[in-house]
Amino acid sequence: MFGLKPDLCSVPMPETHYGVDDYAKSTARWCPGCGGHSILSSVQKICKEKQYVPEKTVFVSGIGCSSRFPHYMGTYGFHGLHGRAFPVASGIKFRRPDLNVFVITGDGDCCSIGAGHWVHAVRYNMKMVVLLFDNSIYGLTKKQTSPTSAIGTVSNTHPKGSVLPPINPIQTTLGISNASFVAQTTDWNPAHMYATIRKAADHPGFAFVRIVQRCPIFMKDLYADKAADPDSVILLSHENGINLDPAIAKTFKRVIEHDPSDIHKAREYAELRDGIPVGLFYQNTENPCYDDYGAHNLGMTVAEKTQALEELLDKYMN
Amino acid sequence: MENQIIEPSGLRPMGTRKNSKVVDQTVVEIVSDSGEGAQKCGQSLGSISAKMGNGVWTVEIIPAEIQPPARSREGASGIRVRIGSKKVTNMGNHANLVVALNEQVLYGRLAQDAYKEGTVLLIENKWANHELEHIRNQYAEAITEFKAQGLDVREIPMETECLKLVRDAQKGKNMWVLGMLCGIYGRDMERAEEQVRGIFRKKSEKIISSNLELLSAGYDWALNNLEFNYEIPAMKLDVDQVVMNGNEAMSFGTMAAGIELCSMYPITPATSVSHHLAENFEKVGGIVHQAEDEIAAIGFAIGASYAGKTALTVTSGPGLALKTEFIGLAVMAEIPLVIINVQRGGPSTGLPTKVEQSDMLAAIYGETGDAPKIVFAAATIEECFHFVILARKLAETFRTPVMLLSDTNLATGVQPFPRPKINSEWFASPIDQSAWKEGVGAFQWSAETGISKRPIPGQKGGMYTLTGLAHDEKSRVAYDPDINQRSAEHRSRKMAAFQQTLKRPAINGDAEGDLLLVGWGSTLGAIEEAVAKAQEEGLKVSSIHLRFLLPLEPGLKDIFSRFKKVVTVELNYSDKVGDPMITSENRRYSQLAWYLRAHTLTDVDCFSNVFGQPMSPAKVLQFIQNEVKK
Repeated sequence: MFGLKPDLCSVPMPETHYGVDDYAKSTARWCPGCGGHSILSSVQKICKEKQYVPEKTVFVSGIGCSSRFPHYMGTYGFHGLHGRAFPVASGIKFRRPDLNVFVITGDGDCCSIGAGHWVHAVRYNMKMVVLLFDNSIYGLTKKQTSPTSAIGTVSNTHPKGSVLPPINPIQTTLGISNASFVAQTTDWNPAHMYATIRKAADHPGFAFVRIVQRCPIFMKDLYADKAADPDSVILLSHENGINLDPAIAKTFKRVIEHDPSDIHKAREYAELRDGIPVGLFYQNTENPCYDDYGAHNLGMTVAEKTQALEELLDKYMN
Repeated sequence: MENQIIEPSGLRPMGTRKNSKVVDQTVVEIVSDSGEGAQKCGQSLGSISAKMGNGVWTVEIIPAEIQPPARSREGASGIRVRIGSKKVTNMGNHANLVVALNEQVLYGRLAQDAYKEGTVLLIENKWANHELEHIRNQYAEAITEFKAQGLDVREIPMETECLKLVRDAQKGKNMWVLGMLCGIYGRDMERAEEQVRGIFRKKSEKIISSNLELLSAGYDWALNNLEFNYEIPAMKLDVDQVVMNGNEAMSFGTMAAGIELCSMYPITPATSVSHHLAENFEKVGGIVHQAEDEIAAIGFAIGASYAGKTALTVTSGPGLALKTEFIGLAVMAEIPLVIINVQRGGPSTGLPTKVEQSDMLAAIYGETGDAPKIVFAAATIEECFHFVILARKLAETFRTPVMLLSDTNLATGVQPFPRPKINSEWFASPIDQSAWKEGVGAFQWSAETGISKRPIPGQKGGMYTLTGLAHDEKSRVAYDPDINQRSAEHRSRKMAAFQQTLKRPAINGDAEGDLLLVGWGSTLGAIEEAVAKAQEEGLKVSSIHLRFLLPLEPGLKDIFSRFKKVVTVELNYSDKVGDPMITSENRRYSQLAWYLRAHTLTDVDCFSNVFGQPMSPAKVLQFIQNEVKK
């Protein structure tokens, strides 16, 4: 009776029309110039376009600058523990197929302290949009090396420069079995970012989007040249890829035609070093989704349960 | 694989029993190498006895490895079965009789003081003529040693007898032993047959009749070759009973509570709760999620609870340690959740298959910051069932995680108890998806009780962002210094509000005297049995047994004040004054003693150990006798 049967996911959209304001709450407290602001705008716009019912939408995050995101949304939110957004989001979705679930995570949250959960969340392939805000630095704790910091990054924990090569979040995700949607975009191209997240929202499984993000405070120069130089970004283009406005697509100087069903090519392009590849690396809509399993026996009545339990107790009778 | 019968003939007539000695209780052990079916044999003996109306308690003897080397001292696998004329609440003291399939596995049990002078040992004698000399020697040495220790050793040709009926005696010897024990203890052979048919229900009729042959052969052998046999009169059963272990009872409790998700990660000895659920949960609309780790297991449960019905996570010591950050979040963000902790020996990996009650303080105080939550402990297998139902209700009423403690002794012990009649009120209500009342915050704490109502995703107008940061009534991040103090007060007040509803613990014995024992958890049966014996001896001793640990049950200081001495009985560590370096100043008390000292300003002492064995009534009685004499 409370909309928990799986078949009620397809309840017709109510007549209410939600505007962008319905998805907004308090003013974002990120630093001026932070990439978070433009991601927030894109996400609110997509929520409006998809007409997500605000009370049926949950933004789940961990800890870090990016993870403040749910506080700025007019939906339900879960701002939990560092690295643990994935298990919480999976638990929310498991028995509530009617909810739209988003995970907001950062490079430390996802690729370091929560890396174990990341691997398994990809494998669970539950329907949710995952936005990895990757600015290659720990911001909230004031400039420590992140697992995605380039080698040599000077930070408060590595004043002489970091010594290890960074994790490649795209390659890592592509390496996990049951990966079903892997895309990359940048915060300085809002049109591409919007189109990428929009495509992710339409995906029937776990849609992983890494957003290459600038931190104007601690990593001011990291992407400064790249953001200014159209040659530094390589567009992965395909009819099954990100649906980009042709006018926007034209602004990319370097374009690779890439079929997102080809995981081997996807892995090859994930290793491109002479530019930042953006677009859809891989998509497979046929992979098994763990949420289908989680929701398969919802909504049993007390009478049914009582009868089943009495029958079960009979087997333990003296 | 079929163990071919040499001459199938069905169940034969049984020998006649004569000169039976009537006893009111007995303790039997069956020990063997892993995989020889000793546990199946003992569980069957227990089950047959329970069906006859006897009180029963079983304790599994589990080696740390799955298949330890054969004939090794550490590899003992088996079971203890205590059978009584009345309700049996604990494992008892020394065994009266032990069946051993080889001599090596007995050494460990002897070292654990499981036997005494006069304990009858029925031992497989095939080793006496083994082809390898060192095995023959080991056997001979052991028999000499066991006799010297006072065991009443009977060398039994189990293998030889089984080979008269089947080609491979390794398969089915446990059923022959079961038959022998049925003969010795006058068990109802119709029920025994029923039991054997149940065990092999998925096997062919040929295999069933083969095992029935062995069963009756063992029975006859006992009557024809042993000069002793016993009767253990049974109670007249006027209520229906179910027989199960504590973990199965917790699984049933979970289902009867209407919980629909158990999110777990495998850990001994908690895992079998999820095994039972995995097999049966589907039929009552539930599902088991095996998470990638202990942290994810509770995170997943918290996510599910936040968005729907209160979920369950089940763990043991090391897993509890990993879950602490999430438990803190559930306290801070007031997420209802049931956490079952089946305690084992610690710290660290500790004694995975052995009993301890060492997690009490970790359960109460394990989180950083002030993180009050309800903590209570089951003392019987029946309580393992009912307390999960209660835990779910408390979690929702007080919007808090609730930790329910059990231990290895309850988890693997099997006992009959009155069959629960499933009550529809036990089940969780469907989640509220009605519109949220306008203007009410997500944490609109009642000034009186600290309780607030939680919005659930899907409730229109209830949108809020749950956070582990200090937050106000509307779940807004606290930038005002008063908020943290205020929210902490309200979370703590919920515990006080709940405490006001609790009753004083019942006193087992007089309300005043020389000594009061205070226990908690699975030691209940042993303590009460010892106290009853001591009272018969005229000693002025009473006991109380706590279920609620946070908040504590009321009236304790007042109860304590009427006894000359108050001592906790616990299976966790405490220093003993007089040991090297230990003084009355630096002495570390056992956990409940420490906690009660702090709460009641009473000079509570403790009697505790960490041998990994359940508390025995004899040890408690001995302690009482020494203590009262002092």
